[in-house]
Amino acid sequence: MSIDTETAAKVAKLARIKVEDDALPALAEEFNTILGFIEQLNEVDVEGVEPMTSVTPMRLKRREDVVTEGDQQDKILANAPDAREGFFAVPKVVE
Amino acid sequence: MTELNTLTIAEARDALKKGEVTSAALTEACLGAIEGAGALNAFVHKTPEIAMQQAEAADARLKGGEAPALCGIPLGIKDLFCTKGVASQAASNILGGFKPEYESTVTGNLFADGAVMLGKLNMDEFAMGSSNETSAYGNAVNPWRREGDETPLTPGGSSGGSASAVAADLCLGATGTDTGGSIRQPCAFTGTVGIKPTYGRCSRWGIVAFASSLDQAGPMTKTVRDSAIMLQAMCSHDPKDSTSVDFPVPDFEAALTGDIRGKTIGIPKEYHMEGIPAEIEQLWTRGKEMLADAGAKVVDISLPHTKYALPAYYVIAPAEASSNLARYDGVRYGHRATLAAGDGITEMYEKTRAEGFGSEVQRRIMVGTYVLSAGFYDAYYNRARKVRALIKRDFDEAFASGVDAILTPATPSAAFGLGEMKSADPVQMYLNDVFTVTVNLAGLPGVSVPAGVDKQGLPLGLQLIGRPWEEGDLLNTAYALEQAAGFVSKPAKWW
Repeated sequence: MSIDTETAAKVAKLARIKVEDDALPALAEEFNTILGFIEQLNEVDVEGVEPMTSVTPMRLKRREDVVTEGDQQDKILANAPDAREGFFAVPKVVE
Repeated sequence: MTELNTLTIAEARDALKKGEVTSAALTEACLGAIEGAGALNAFVHKTPEIAMQQAEAADARLKGGEAPALCGIPLGIKDLFCTKGVASQAASNILGGFKPEYESTVTGNLFADGAVMLGKLNMDEFAMGSSNETSAYGNAVNPWRREGDETPLTPGGSSGGSASAVAADLCLGATGTDTGGSIRQPCAFTGTVGIKPTYGRCSRWGIVAFASSLDQAGPMTKTVRDSAIMLQAMCSHDPKDSTSVDFPVPDFEAALTGDIRGKTIGIPKEYHMEGIPAEIEQLWTRGKEMLADAGAKVVDISLPHTKYALPAYYVIAPAEASSNLARYDGVRYGHRATLAAGDGITEMYEKTRAEGFGSEVQRRIMVGTYVLSAGFYDAYYNRARKVRALIKRDFDEAFASGVDAILTPATPSAAFGLGEMKSADPVQMYLNDVFTVTVNLAGLPGVSVPAGVDKQGLPLGLQLIGRPWEEGDLLNTAYALEQAAGFVSKPAKWW
């Protein structure tokens, strides 16, 4: 499996990371190095193997679906780059 | 009298209990050492006011009688841990200015016991790296140097600042986190001790997530005893982390008898790897002899899927990272790019993430995005998870055959020079974790113990891998190894 610049651009777009066009060939090459390394996994017979889920088989704990720590709008917005009138502010989303 | 910052946690604890020293004096000694160690770039956010307040409170508590072991002990905290009101950036520009409104469970446990926070420690960005060279704060530097050579060396990564600070006696102990070897490799590079506990022992709540199924916090200290004491305080069941286990936390220090007679130590043949320096092989052989001399039975074992651990890791870890790091979008916290006229929300995401993430983090996010993308999910991600199950099965079978612990080298080399790996491709750097990454994939506890120096005078470490949830027994074997190795060297102060 070889990654070309077009695929690299698509992956960057999916990851929402801006990559300049002139940086795409180098990025594609790095992907190929890493994926070439990962290809070794194809040598392993995984027929009938269940994916690992936990160290010791156990069920995830459940909790009541209730508000545990609410009413802290100020704290939640305290680190926002742009917070206005109790909301996170972002550029216009809908035309 | 010994400089107070050079004490071990156990020594300081005993002296505090007897009233021979105060936490304030210990803390001042560490703060002084930190001020003089700018060249190491280990502490990246210093918190002297908080430290002195906590020290005074600890002194009052100690005067009142019964106090926990860590009461009054000055520690460094890896920048990956969220600490309330104190910058917590995961060494990334994308979290520039972020000051959490909450405390991570692990640091909360430490402070509840009276531990003192000296500041936040350097690391690789989002814990992605093995040399502390991906940090937004610049490199942390190893206090160790090759004999007769001033080349600055890496303290390892990702917990490089923690390792550097402990080795240079800037603090009595430090927190680290370990996703593929990020506690054990830096400890091996700096002559310090670090344990990654069984997955689920320490709560991950409030620790900036890298790869959630692999990440664990652990202590980085000067001795095995100190690791036992500090780990004890870090562990707890936490309802806020659904993968944190509801098992009792045993008394790890009480397990340190040094008696390993009758224990069975496994030596995995697959860890004899091509290209590993002879010095590492020799150290490993000496380690076997030391444990045998202490009365353990040493047996050869096989972990046949070892070779596939790194490739599986480099699917699973980036996949989980790409998902975890999707939250850095310039909306809720940290950096937001300056936008051009007409830029919409997609441009905001793309520019913010391009500016905020360093190149290694970007690379891993994109590799993760690729292996999870439609059409490749089964071929890469599910296959890697199945290989992971086989790696775990290898360990299960070894333990079922009666092995109590497994001895391996901790790293394939001693600390290398900062910048020396610059021209290498990313995979070359990933090979640093070849001996440690299997342990994260299987969720097992692993400890790195300094066991000798190489011909250039640099520390080398051995790794012991234990049965799940048996950190006490593992630490006891590490303690026996530490006693036998008698590693007491300290870096000569140049900083």
